[in-house]
Amino acid sequence: MIRVTNLKKSFKDGEKTTEVLKGIDFTVQNGEFVAIMGRSGAGKSTFLYQMSLLDEPTSGEIFIDEKDTHSMTIGEKTSFRLTKLGYVFQDYALLPEMTALENVALPLLMQDMPEKKAYEKAKEHLTKVGLGNRLDNLSGQLSGGEQQRVSIARAIAHEPKILFADEPTANLDNESSRVIMNILKELHAEGQTIIMITHENEYSKFAERIIQLDDGKIVGEERP
Amino acid sequence: MFSSLNIRIGFFLAKRQIRRSNPWTTVLIIFVMFFTFLNLVVVSGILVGLLQGAINAVRTHYTSDVIVSSLNNKTYIENSPEIINIIKSLPQVEHMSARYMEGGTLEANYKTRTNDKEKPNIAAMSIYGINPVAENKVTGISKFMVEGEYLAPGDYDQILLGAYLDKKYMDFDYPGFTALENIKPGVKVRMVVNGVEREVTIKGILKAKVDQLSMGVFMIDSQLRSMIGRNDYNVDEISIKVKPGTDPADVRDILKRNGVDKVAKVQTYIDAQPKFIKDMIATFSLLGNMLSSIGLVVASITIFIVIFINAITRRKFIGILKGIGINEAAIEISYVLQSFFYALCGSIVGVIVLYGFLEPWMTAHPIDFSFSDGILVAPISGTLFRVGLLMVTTIIAGFIPARLVVRKNTLDSILGRN
Repeated sequence: MIRVTNLKKSFKDGEKTTEVLKGIDFTVQNGEFVAIMGRSGAGKSTFLYQMSLLDEPTSGEIFIDEKDTHSMTIGEKTSFRLTKLGYVFQDYALLPEMTALENVALPLLMQDMPEKKAYEKAKEHLTKVGLGNRLDNLSGQLSGGEQQRVSIARAIAHEPKILFADEPTANLDNESSRVIMNILKELHAEGQTIIMITHENEYSKFAERIIQLDDGKIVGEERP
Repeated sequence: MFSSLNIRIGFFLAKRQIRRSNPWTTVLIIFVMFFTFLNLVVVSGILVGLLQGAINAVRTHYTSDVIVSSLNNKTYIENSPEIINIIKSLPQVEHMSARYMEGGTLEANYKTRTNDKEKPNIAAMSIYGINPVAENKVTGISKFMVEGEYLAPGDYDQILLGAYLDKKYMDFDYPGFTALENIKPGVKVRMVVNGVEREVTIKGILKAKVDQLSMGVFMIDSQLRSMIGRNDYNVDEISIKVKPGTDPADVRDILKRNGVDKVAKVQTYIDAQPKFIKDMIATFSLLGNMLSSIGLVVASITIFIVIFINAITRRKFIGILKGIGINEAAIEISYVLQSFFYALCGSIVGVIVLYGFLEPWMTAHPIDFSFSDGILVAPISGTLFRVGLLMVTTIIAGFIPARLVVRKNTLDSILGRN
């Protein structure tokens, strides 16, 4: 479970301070699939960065499985991201010098998993997202949809508590987008907690709950 | 930081980055490391080799491996015949040459000088009385003949002249030193030793990068002996060439055990080196190290720039690595390992080129310096030390930029924000 209370984030640019998140209270239960929507500049990505511990909020609290993340050191946060969180980036964020298999295996190896087991597990998850035949391809040799599937495989290979997806279909064509959304749907069906940002109504309906964000505040919530 | 897990992941990252980087860039960096290595080893090696060449020349062509000479308070070696017999009986000795030595003068224009007011063309020098066959076996000086011929046994009233005593070979003016003019093989000159005057013929002129040869005069030993009245056969110097594989110090010690050191100085070629030579070796070595350290700074700056550019251009991916939970230390180690790889490859290529080509080639083809045949002195221990130094420097130079970039905010790195 993730619980956010009175979360605020502001950026300073010289004398000027811009408040992007203006006190958000938000809870996601284990196994939930939540979509966050809103217009550009509403603060969706900033909100996701705070929850996924990639950024430090200005104030407020984030509890993941009742653990206060504010008191964590940088090293503890890194370790927490490695073991408890998964992240699907909008632009796939694969490491170009590594094959699909190596990209997925890397976080597992960082968890001190034996190499053979890590590669077996990586292979298993790549097969799960339909890339069993593209294991040894470098990211540059894969299509956008395939790269995003590798990114999903990397994010779920270590069986995270929460999977964060930042507009995972933003750079993909319709067919690839549907493939990605179906994978997320299947993961959710298996019990994976997912928090996803999306612009597209069609894909937000894959979620159980849709949160509307505007001007740094939650302005609506619906269940499709 | 240096946990086995971080090293393992660092190695995993470094291996893939190197394997899939631009091969030309990798070759270029290794090339820079290779030249840095050569700079470290060769600059000081040539500076020391410059002196070592001179030392080798004195050893090979004058003192040989062991030299027995008169004590400081004696004018010659007492009991020389007995000592020579001891030396000849040693199985470690290959050849030996006993020399008489006396100061004297040569006058070139004594025949053409018409009156006492005309300045005599006189040169002062050391005159060596040698057995030409034995001397040549020990020092091989016959190869230095630039004019005329080497002495043969029985060449009475004939001399070999060091080239610096001939004005045409003396291209510098040294205060207090006079060379002879208008001389060549076949010309007669007047020799004066111990007040004994003799007309001798120049048989040949020899030129070497050993002052004792180029500034001395050589004649048959029996003739000089009679001129200086050394009827007891006591000589001034004995040069001993030991058999290959024999340590000169062993022969020195045997001679000392036989009591030779009671009547003569017994020294290896190293013992016989003047202190200033040893000081010069130390000075040149220091100078070489100072010059090499500049190369080391250049190498560290090169590696710093390479790793910094590499890390900066990969900042987004470093952010992603941190984002997916890869430890900062593991990422830093990956860059340290890359630096280590470049330095190691450069050093390996350098060692192969150094010992496979450069050192043997320079030994076979020494650099023709005016006072020595410069060789490249690169002892293995010194080379390994410099390899280690290069490694440590490049590792530090690789670590600092990696740390600068890795320590930046994770999200800023991913989003490319400053």
